[in-house]
Amino acid sequence: MSSAAPGAVVNRAAGDGTLRREPQAPGRRASRPAAGWLGVVPLLGFAAVMLGLPVAAMAAGAFTASDDAGTTSVTAANFAATLDGPYLESLLGSVRLSALTAAVATVLSLPLAHAVVTSRIRGLREAVLSASGVIANLGGVPLAFAFVATLGNAGVLTGAFGLGEKGWSLYSFWGLSIVYLYFLVPLMVLTLTPALDGLRPQWREAALNNGATGLQYWRHVALPILWPTLLSGFVLLFGTAFSAYATAAAMVGSSIPLVTVKIASALTGDVLVGQAGIALALGMDMIIVAALVMGVQLLLQRRTSAWLS
Amino acid sequence: MALLTASRPHRGSRLGRTVSLSVAGVYFLVPLLCALAFTVGIGDARQTPSLGAYAAIFTTDGLAQSLGLSLVLAGATIVLVFGLLLPALLTVRLAAPRAKAVVAVVCMLPLVVPAVALGAGITTVLRWATDWLYDSPGFPLLAALQEPGFPVILVLAYTLMALPLAYTTLEAGLNAIDVKVLVEAARSCRASWFRTLFLVVLPNLREALLNTAFLTIALVIGEYAVSALLGFQPFAVWTVAISGSHAQLSVAVSLAGLIGTWLILLAVAKSGRSKAPKEKP
Repeated sequence: MSSAAPGAVVNRAAGDGTLRREPQAPGRRASRPAAGWLGVVPLLGFAAVMLGLPVAAMAAGAFTASDDAGTTSVTAANFAATLDGPYLESLLGSVRLSALTAAVATVLSLPLAHAVVTSRIRGLREAVLSASGVIANLGGVPLAFAFVATLGNAGVLTGAFGLGEKGWSLYSFWGLSIVYLYFLVPLMVLTLTPALDGLRPQWREAALNNGATGLQYWRHVALPILWPTLLSGFVLLFGTAFSAYATAAAMVGSSIPLVTVKIASALTGDVLVGQAGIALALGMDMIIVAALVMGVQLLLQRRTSAWLS
Repeated sequence: MALLTASRPHRGSRLGRTVSLSVAGVYFLVPLLCALAFTVGIGDARQTPSLGAYAAIFTTDGLAQSLGLSLVLAGATIVLVFGLLLPALLTVRLAAPRAKAVVAVVCMLPLVVPAVALGAGITTVLRWATDWLYDSPGFPLLAALQEPGFPVILVLAYTLMALPLAYTTLEAGLNAIDVKVLVEAARSCRASWFRTLFLVVLPNLREALLNTAFLTIALVIGEYAVSALLGFQPFAVWTVAISGSHAQLSVAVSLAGLIGTWLILLAVAKSGRSKAPKEKP
C-alpha cells in the first residue's frame, strides 16, 4: 500500500514520454501500445490451443454419433443419455459430494486458518502453509493410500476400534467425504491466509472499544470483509472436489458413483462403440456445472465487492 | 504494524486457537502416521516390523523410470509456465495494463475444465488428428507429441493445469514489489533490458518464483487423471499401478514423495523469510 504513492508519481513522470497516452501519434510511437501486447500473445495463444481445441473436440464429439458404417450424424442422444439413469446419478453424486465437502471445509478452515495466522508458535505458519501447498497440489493418490491404511477395510484404526463391525466403510459417501476434506481444508487455509492477514487488529480494537462483543465483531466486521474470499474459496473447493479423480481411482473398490470415474472408465475400458460419445458429453456436463458455479460466484462477488471498496 | 496490540492475548480466542490447532493436528497427522505404520508393518499381526518397503524403493524396477519421467516433465512444465506467464504478467504491469483482465480470466479458466474432461478432450483431438494427418508431413509431429520417453503433450496439459496456481502465486509476488519503479530505475541507470530483467526484476521475485516452481513440481508429481487417460506412466500412475502387487511399497513411495516435497517447500519458505528483513528499507 505504502509504495503505491511514489510509484504513481514516477508512473506519471515517465509515462508521458514513453508508454502511454498517444494512441494517434504517428510512426514508431503509435506501434507501442500494440507492441505492448506482444508479451501477452504467447499465453493467450497457448490457452486458445490447449484449452480451446480439447473443449471444441469434446463438444463436437458429444454432439455426434457414428454408426457401424462409419457415417457420423449430429445428435443429442449422448446428452440425453448423460441425463438419465446411472450417468445422471453419478453426476448428482459428484455435485452432492463436492458441495457438501466444500461447504464443510470452508466452515472448518476459518477457525483453523485464523489460529495459524494469529499463533505465535515459531515456524508454525511456514510449516502449515507449505504442508497445505503440498497436500493441495500433490494430494490425490498419496492421500487415498494413507486413508486406506488408516480407515480402509484392513486399516489401523478400523482394526483398533472395530469400526468394520459398526458398519463403517471408507468406500462410501461419508468415507470419501473424510478423504476429500483432507485436501480441501489445506486449500482453503491457503486461500484464507492472505485475507486474514489483511484483517487489521485496529478494526477489532475499534469494535471492542465501541462496546462490541467478540461475536459481534465477527458478525458485523470480520465476516463481511472475509465474505468475498470465503465465497471464491468455496467455489475453488467445489471445483477441486468436483474434478478430483485420482483419489477415487486410487481407492480401488469405491462404489460411490462419481462422474469422473464414469468418464474415465467409459474412455479407457474396452468399451462398446458409442460410449466415448457419452464420456465426452459427461465431460461437457462437468464443464457446464463448473462454469455455472463460477458464474454465480462472479455475480455475487461483484455485488459484495461493490460496497467493500 | 500494530504488533503490540495484536499480541495482547484474548483468553477466549486463545482457547479456541488451541482447540482448532489440536483437532486439525490429529486429523492431519493420524492418517500419515497410520500409513507410516502400514509401510513398516506395525499393527499387523501377520508381519514382523521391517523397513523392507523403504529399502525396496531403491531396487524396484520402474520407480526410477516413472519418477524420472515425472521430474523431467515437471522441469519442462516449469520452463513453459515461466516462459508464458512472466512475459505476460510483466507486460501487463509495464506496457498494457488493459490486458490485465484478459490475462486473469485466461489463467483462471483452466479451473472450469476438470482434469478428466481435459484428458478426454485431448484424447479426442489426438485421435482425430491421427485420422486427418495419417500419411502427411504432420504425422511425425503428432508422434513426437506422444513420444513415450518424453510426452510433450503432457507438458502442455500440465502447463495449462498449473496456470491458475502459478498465476496467483506470481501475482502475489509481483504485488509485493513495484515492478515499474524497479524497471525505470534500472533503465535510467542504462541497464539493458536483459540485465534489468535478470539482475533486477527476477531476483526480487525469487521467493514467488521458487514457490511457483515447487508447487508446479508437486502438481506434476501428483497428477494422475490426464496421464492415466492418455496412457502414460509417470510417478502417480505408476504408484497406483503397483499398489495391487506391492501395497507397502506404493504407500512408502507416496509418503516419501509427500514429505520430501514438503521439506523442500519449507526450506524455500524459510530462506525467503530469513532474507526478508534485509530487503525491507
